[in-house]
Amino acid sequence: MKDTAINTPIDPKTINGWGIDADPKNDPTYPMRKRMNAEEDPNSKSRPNNLQPVNEEVLKSVERQHVSAVFGTPELPAGLSGMIRRQAYKYPENQYKRWLPLVLADRVDMVEGLVSDLSHGKLPNIWAEKGYDMEWKHNRTAFVTKMATIGAVTAGLIVWLSSGKKKKKSKTKAKDYLSRF
Amino acid sequence: MLAMEYRGPKRVRAVQKPMPEIKHPQDAIVRVLRACICGSDLHLYNGNIPDTRVGSTFGHEFVGEIVDIGSEVTNVKVGDRVIVPFNIACGECHFCKQEMFGNCQESNSESGAVGGIYGYSHTAGGFNGGQAEYARVPYANVGPVIIPADMDLDDAVMLTDVIPTGYQGAEMAGIQKGDTVVVFGAGPIGIVAARCAWLFGAGRVIIIDKQEYRLDFARNYAYCEAYNFEEIGDPVMFIKKITDFMGADCVIDAVGAEAEGNTLQTITGRKLLLQAGSATALHWAINAVKKGGVVSIVGVYGPTDNLIPIGNAMNKGLTIRGNQTSVKRLLPRLIEHVQNGVLDPKGLITHRMPLEEVADGYRMFSNKLDNCIKTVLMPPTANQ
Repeated sequence: MKDTAINTPIDPKTINGWGIDADPKNDPTYPMRKRMNAEEDPNSKSRPNNLQPVNEEVLKSVERQHVSAVFGTPELPAGLSGMIRRQAYKYPENQYKRWLPLVLADRVDMVEGLVSDLSHGKLPNIWAEKGYDMEWKHNRTAFVTKMATIGAVTAGLIVWLSSGKKKKKSKTKAKDYLSRF
Repeated sequence: MLAMEYRGPKRVRAVQKPMPEIKHPQDAIVRVLRACICGSDLHLYNGNIPDTRVGSTFGHEFVGEIVDIGSEVTNVKVGDRVIVPFNIACGECHFCKQEMFGNCQESNSESGAVGGIYGYSHTAGGFNGGQAEYARVPYANVGPVIIPADMDLDDAVMLTDVIPTGYQGAEMAGIQKGDTVVVFGAGPIGIVAARCAWLFGAGRVIIIDKQEYRLDFARNYAYCEAYNFEEIGDPVMFIKKITDFMGADCVIDAVGAEAEGNTLQTITGRKLLLQAGSATALHWAINAVKKGGVVSIVGVYGPTDNLIPIGNAMNKGLTIRGNQTSVKRLLPRLIEHVQNGVLDPKGLITHRMPLEEVADGYRMFSNKLDNCIKTVLMPPTANQ
C-alpha cells in the first residue's frame, strides 16, 4: 500500500490537547446532556411571547401545529413552481408525495427564473454564473475535454435526430409517390 | 446591498438585493464581515435539497457587526461584533431548553425535522443567508455570541459551523481513551473531526478520502493517518485488516450526500436524485465500525430516503448518532480551545475571495480546484 510509508503513527500524548475533553460518561443519549421528557418540562408547549406577523404566504408543514414564531420571507411561492409547492406541503414529510414534487418544483423554478431574467431584458451570463473561469484557470485540459465531449455528443444527437426526421420525411414522400400507382 | 443569489443547480451570481428588515422584536441586522462557503452549501448548489428556491441567498457561516436591533433585543447592542451560530434558535422551546439549539421548534415552519438554518432552503425555514453584505438574525438574544476582543475574525467565522460541527462529530462518536477513530471525508469538517478526536483521547485517528491534497492537509493539520480510497481498494476491508479484523471503535461520516466511491450510490443518489444523496460514506461507516461501535453522522443528507445496510447496523449492535450541531452549546468550550492555542481554526482557510466572485468560489470548492479546503468570502462592506 502506497500510503503506509507516509502515515507514521504518532504518539497521541504528544498532541496539544490530547484527552482534555475525554468523558467516560459520554453515553448514547449524548449530546442531550439535559435530557427531559415533556412531563418533566412544565412549559414544554411554551412559545416565544411575540410571533412574527404572518403577512406573507408561509407554507407550513402539516407535521407542525403552528407557523413558527419566526420564519424566512424571501422567495414566496409563485407561478407553476409555487402551485406545485403548495400541493406538496399538503402531505406529511414521511411521504414521497411531499418531497418529489418539491424537487420537480425546484427544476420548474429554475426555468421560470430563466424566463424571468429574459423577460426583464437580462441575458444570464451562464459562463460567469457557473464559475467556468475557475475551470479555465485551474483545470483547463479536463474542462476543455469535458466541454468538447458534451458538444460532440449534443451535435451527434442533433444530427441523428434530424436525419431521422429526414428519413421519415423521405419515407413518407416515397409512400405518397407509390400510393399514386 | 450585494448578495449571492441562487439561479438553479450549479448556477449562482452576485446581485443587488433589498436590505433585510427587522421582522420580529428579537431580530437584529448584521453587517457581514466574513462569510464562508460550507461543504453543505454544495448540496444546495447541486440542487439536492428540496425547496431550494431560485433567488435565495445561501450562507450559514458568517460573522458580523450589529447595525440594528429589534425592541426586545437586550443581549447584544449596535456595534457589537458577533459570531452567528448557523442554527436559528428561540432558546425557549422544549428542545432549546435541552441545549438542542440545532433542533429548535420555533424557527422553521416548513419542516418538523429540522430547525431553522440561515440560507439553507425553505426546508430549513426559508431564511436568507450571510453570503451578503447584510443579514437578518432572528432571536438575537439567543444565538449571537460577542467575539472576544483578542480573537481574529478569521478564527471567529470558523466557529459558526465548521469547528463546532467537526467537534460534535467527534463528541457524538463517544470516543474513549485509546479508541481507533475513522473519519470518512477529508473536507473541512472531516479534518476538524479528526483533529478533535484527539481531544477526546483517541489512540489512533484515520481519515479516508480520494483527494491527495486534502489527505496531505489532514496529515499536517490533524496529525492523523490519511488514506486514499482509490489506492487502498475496498476501504471497509482496509479498515478491517488494520484493526485485526475487528473494525474501528468509532466511525464519523463527514461526507454526506455528495459522496463518491460507489457507482450505484452515485447514480441513484447524485445523478437521478432517487435517494437523498449518495450514502456511500454512511454505508462504509456502518460496515467498517466494530460490533457495538458508534457511528457518528455529521454529513448532511436530504430529507428523503437512503440505501444503507440497516440490517448490519442491527446485527452489529451499533449506536448511530447524528444531529445538526448545537453551536451555541459548544461555543464557550471552543472559544477557550482557540484562545489556549489547542485549535487553530483559521489554519483551514486556503482561499479568500470578494463576494462579487461568489460563482467562482462555489465552482472552485465544488470541483476541488486549486487545492481548495476552505474559502472565505469578503463582502465589499467588510472593510468599512
